[in-house]
Amino acid sequence: MAQEQSYYVPEQSKWPIIATVGLGLTLYGVGAILVNAKQGESTTLSWLVFFAGALVMAYMLFGWFGSVIREGQAGLYSDQMDRSFRWGMSWFIFSEVMFFAAFFGALFYVRVFAVPWLGGEGDKGAANMLWEGFQATWPLVNNPNPEAYPGPKEIIGPWGLPLINTILLVSSSFTITVAHHALKAGKRQKLKLWLCATIVLGVAFLTLQAEEYMHAYHELDLTLQSGIYGSTFFMLTGFHGAHVTLGTLMLIVMFLRIQKGHFTGDNHFGFEASSWYWHFVDVVWLCLFVFVYII
Amino acid sequence: MSAVADTHSQEHHHGPASGITRWLFTTNHKDIGTMYLIFSFTMFLLGGSMAMVIRAELFQPGLQIVQPEFFNQMTTMHGLIMVFGAVMPAFVGLANWMLPLMIGAPDMALPRMNNWSFWLLPCAFLILVSTLFMQGGAPNFGWTFYAPLSTTYGPPSTTFFIFAIHIMGISSIMGAINVIATILNLRAPGMTLMKMPLFVWTWLITAFLLIAVMPVLAGVVTMMLMDIHFGTSFFDASGGGDPVLFQHVFWFFGHPEVYIMILPAFGAISHIVSAFSRKPLFGYASMVYAVGAIALLSFVVWAHHMFTVGVPLTGQLFFMYATMLIAVPTGVKVFNWVTTMFRGSLTFEAPMLFAVAFIVLFTIGGFSGLMLAIAPADFQYHDTYFVVAHFHYVLVPGAIFGIFASAYFWLPKWTGHMYDETLAKTHFWLSFVGMNLAFFPMHFLGLAGMPRRIPDYALQFADFNMVSSIGAFLFGATQILFLFIVVKCVRGGEPAPAKPWEGAEGLEWTVPSPAPYHTFSTPPKVE
Amino acid sequence: MRAQTKRALPVVAVAGVSIPSVSLAEWTVNMSPGVTGTSNQIFGLHMTILGICVAIGVVVFGVMFWSIIAHRKSKGHKPANFHENTVVEILWTIIPFAILVAMAIPATATLIDMYDASDADVDIKVTGYQWRWQYEYVDEDFSFFSNLTTPTDQIQNRQAKGENYLLEVDNPLKIPVGKKVRFLLTSNDVIHSWWVPKLGVKKDAIPGFINEAWTRIDEPGTYRGQCTELCGKGHGFMPIVVEAVPQDEFQTWVAEKRDAAERERELTQKDWTREELMDRGESVYNTVCAACHQADGSGSPPAFPALRGSAIATGDINAHIDTVVNGVSGTAMQAFGQQLSEVELAAVITYERNAWGNNTGDMVSPKEIMEYMSE
Repeated sequence: MAQEQSYYVPEQSKWPIIATVGLGLTLYGVGAILVNAKQGESTTLSWLVFFAGALVMAYMLFGWFGSVIREGQAGLYSDQMDRSFRWGMSWFIFSEVMFFAAFFGALFYVRVFAVPWLGGEGDKGAANMLWEGFQATWPLVNNPNPEAYPGPKEIIGPWGLPLINTILLVSSSFTITVAHHALKAGKRQKLKLWLCATIVLGVAFLTLQAEEYMHAYHELDLTLQSGIYGSTFFMLTGFHGAHVTLGTLMLIVMFLRIQKGHFTGDNHFGFEASSWYWHFVDVVWLCLFVFVYII
Repeated sequence: MSAVADTHSQEHHHGPASGITRWLFTTNHKDIGTMYLIFSFTMFLLGGSMAMVIRAELFQPGLQIVQPEFFNQMTTMHGLIMVFGAVMPAFVGLANWMLPLMIGAPDMALPRMNNWSFWLLPCAFLILVSTLFMQGGAPNFGWTFYAPLSTTYGPPSTTFFIFAIHIMGISSIMGAINVIATILNLRAPGMTLMKMPLFVWTWLITAFLLIAVMPVLAGVVTMMLMDIHFGTSFFDASGGGDPVLFQHVFWFFGHPEVYIMILPAFGAISHIVSAFSRKPLFGYASMVYAVGAIALLSFVVWAHHMFTVGVPLTGQLFFMYATMLIAVPTGVKVFNWVTTMFRGSLTFEAPMLFAVAFIVLFTIGGFSGLMLAIAPADFQYHDTYFVVAHFHYVLVPGAIFGIFASAYFWLPKWTGHMYDETLAKTHFWLSFVGMNLAFFPMHFLGLAGMPRRIPDYALQFADFNMVSSIGAFLFGATQILFLFIVVKCVRGGEPAPAKPWEGAEGLEWTVPSPAPYHTFSTPPKVE
Repeated sequence: MRAQTKRALPVVAVAGVSIPSVSLAEWTVNMSPGVTGTSNQIFGLHMTILGICVAIGVVVFGVMFWSIIAHRKSKGHKPANFHENTVVEILWTIIPFAILVAMAIPATATLIDMYDASDADVDIKVTGYQWRWQYEYVDEDFSFFSNLTTPTDQIQNRQAKGENYLLEVDNPLKIPVGKKVRFLLTSNDVIHSWWVPKLGVKKDAIPGFINEAWTRIDEPGTYRGQCTELCGKGHGFMPIVVEAVPQDEFQTWVAEKRDAAERERELTQKDWTREELMDRGESVYNTVCAACHQADGSGSPPAFPALRGSAIATGDINAHIDTVVNGVSGTAMQAFGQQLSEVELAAVITYERNAWGNNTGDMVSPKEIMEYMSE
């Protein structure tokens, strides 16, 4: 019967236009906050716009995903629809990979070309005549213009908290895989336990990262303004942290759905999608660990 | 509610709702396609008005109409609106209308997300266009927004520009995901990949390019935002960064972007040339491989936009060779189109007129592109009107004529009426003359030494600038005729059969004209 | 000249690319071969590839137009059914590839040559500013700014335009004929680009980095170019003028410039009167400041504040000096302490404090500026 099922096309939906209003207000609000702050003007109205947008987005997420979940639970989705979701999620994750690729690319360019050139090395080492006394090192602690960009006192080595975070995330990939197998085997308690463990590990990661950031800002003078090392460090780890947050929220939603009895051994795409996203977040961390912390 | 069988689903479909909520809440690919097309034409007229301001100022040497600060806003916004508001949404509109019809699918794979992709665009452009009215004016640093002109020296509206780009990017990425899922998953049984119509192939590959590079654009505008507001130094040598880093990341997006703006036209032109030659497309397989090759190569040529920034010699040579290489698959496509026409049985209705003009004039744009690829010669062409001529040839008689050709080709299917052929031919000839008058002299201006993005120029450039402006005014005015033709066709005209074009082939021509609101609820079988 | 061009227009528009290069150059429809080895090599590459493109175009479009005429349905032509031919398809893939390889060889040679800036006779550091160029003769210890001299009246159409409209400067770059000159390009603010078509030299000026370019001019003469990277509102108004002169004339000029630089440094020590400073200051102001702050001091707020009646120009004198010398970070106000001499700085500040009715009666001496800057 599943093969004969026609492809579900919803009739009308208010969620797209609500999502548009939400995203528009949110991003316009952020823009207004930044511009007004920079000009020394009041940001109160801008914050209101931002929060209004964020509320609309939250409402939309509940509503839209809610509809999808209800339709799925009602059996409206054929195998073909399931495949559409799989393609969709896979390509979405690919787009996220490319977003990180831009920042990794920037890091690569800076380390291999820009900083060495400024330091006098290579084809374009003539640049050094503009930056007397600047030496190219990595991590870059003394910037070409230390007055404009005071460098950090220290950087964060890989073998402290970052190593712990690596262990946490890699373990969490393991725990979610165990949870997945449990789901497929119909073992609900085991599923809940191992999914919960994954969430705990994710939250622990975020907590430790937050601590690391505070340590960097307050004790190490390692900030976004510390020159290119700080810029690339915080952009890469920061966006990664944002994605871990998103992934953790997705896992929590999955946990709540499992509590409500959703998902069967054969039919659990929402869980799989979240699991793929979680693995992606783990792989990005491993790249970060190697290219930002270690090498 | 249990799973419904085939026959039920058709009866459960209603016709379109009424009123404005039909358009706000729709999930129907035809509705969404129509909205994209209307939006795109509106943006085309808006971006075109800015071009009229530019050409009016450049009509004669001296500053007559606008000051340099505003002129820079016009050139910037003209580029942004045409690229992101006119060309890209037009192709997405064509995709929405035609892809499900061509593959025998009931709709796009993810219909609600489809509508969100559309509505994000008016939202983004509301923000972008509102920057014209902000203190400090709109973005004024060129559509390529190089740092540090766009970071340290940009107006306050730059921040809003960045968020508008983010919104457009989200729209494009979701749209592209939808296209890929639709093409890979919803083809009628029997339609293997190598039986897909060319427009479907070109959109599949375009969608891949979009998903790969729009996030990179998001990355670069985010780095810009950080440099402007959070004291980072991505593009500031004082902190160990490099302004050229901006250019590398931007053009990594930017080069595939220009293929995103032309590949769908390649697909549509293949359909049109074949239909009006009454002959199958020559070399189907090579056409597919050529598009794939162009797409792959497009990722490794970006620095040909940067030949004068001081890329080291080895890099320069690599990018020159890779760029020259793209001429090979592109040439194959042109040869195949001409061979399709050769010994066919040709008629020259409006779609075919635009298609023939496309082949000739896009190829001229391709030739100037090949000249630009020769790195040492590019030192004399770069950032001059020669480049402006090149990209306007590939974009105007390229992408835009491709869109016009497609519109005339498919208007009968969309509306159920034949458009007015005499008026359409008039639109073609006036556009053809106007466009060539506007842009061919720009080759000469560039070779004679006129730089880009200047509001005033030395006297030896005066004559060709005047000719160019006249051509531009003619081209611009003619587009009002197109509006008239479309509105007239929507409202009435000779009733169109399911297949108004004798030589046309494909599933889209098996459904009635106008296409019913829901089509292919049951997928057809393809031989 | 204009009438000739107008008459020739239809011919040129249709067959412009195939007319021999010499006549085209007179009508400025083609690139000039230029006056250096590099520019001539580039011209050769340009004409070759243009010729190849035209040839291919004639063949391909010829076939197409033949079809358009002979294979029309209205002529009764019935459609053939062929849709592939592997041999032909392979041929028209391989032959273009071979042509490209043939093109790439001379192009590579030229590029390698263009990148070899070694063993130069003269080194000149070229710095792009918003919106003028600075030239520093590295081995001779003098530098100067090169500003557009076309009057605003001509730009605003109140006066007839001169022959070198928008391509004339107060201090052209002088270099010796027949010697290899190396340019070290950078920028003070945004990306600019230094281009002189007749020399075949174009290179971007990137803030914080140095780009190398070189030239060896074969013929004496005056060569004009423009900035070729959008750099803000003055992008179209920062031209380049290069005068290539015989070696001895160059040496004489260098000596004069060195002496003038020395004299300017000495002038710092002189006791200036307010009138002298105002006089000098007005000329500095109109050359350097008026582009943003306007000749009448009214500016273009908020980006470019007014100076007439402003707190900056009538209030605390040290704050005024600081603004001019150190600039205002995060805005377009540059640090002119690095660009102007002490005399020029003192003069322009004095001028600003007294012009347009500001009338503070203040005066700043070059010696005071020198002391301020040494703190």
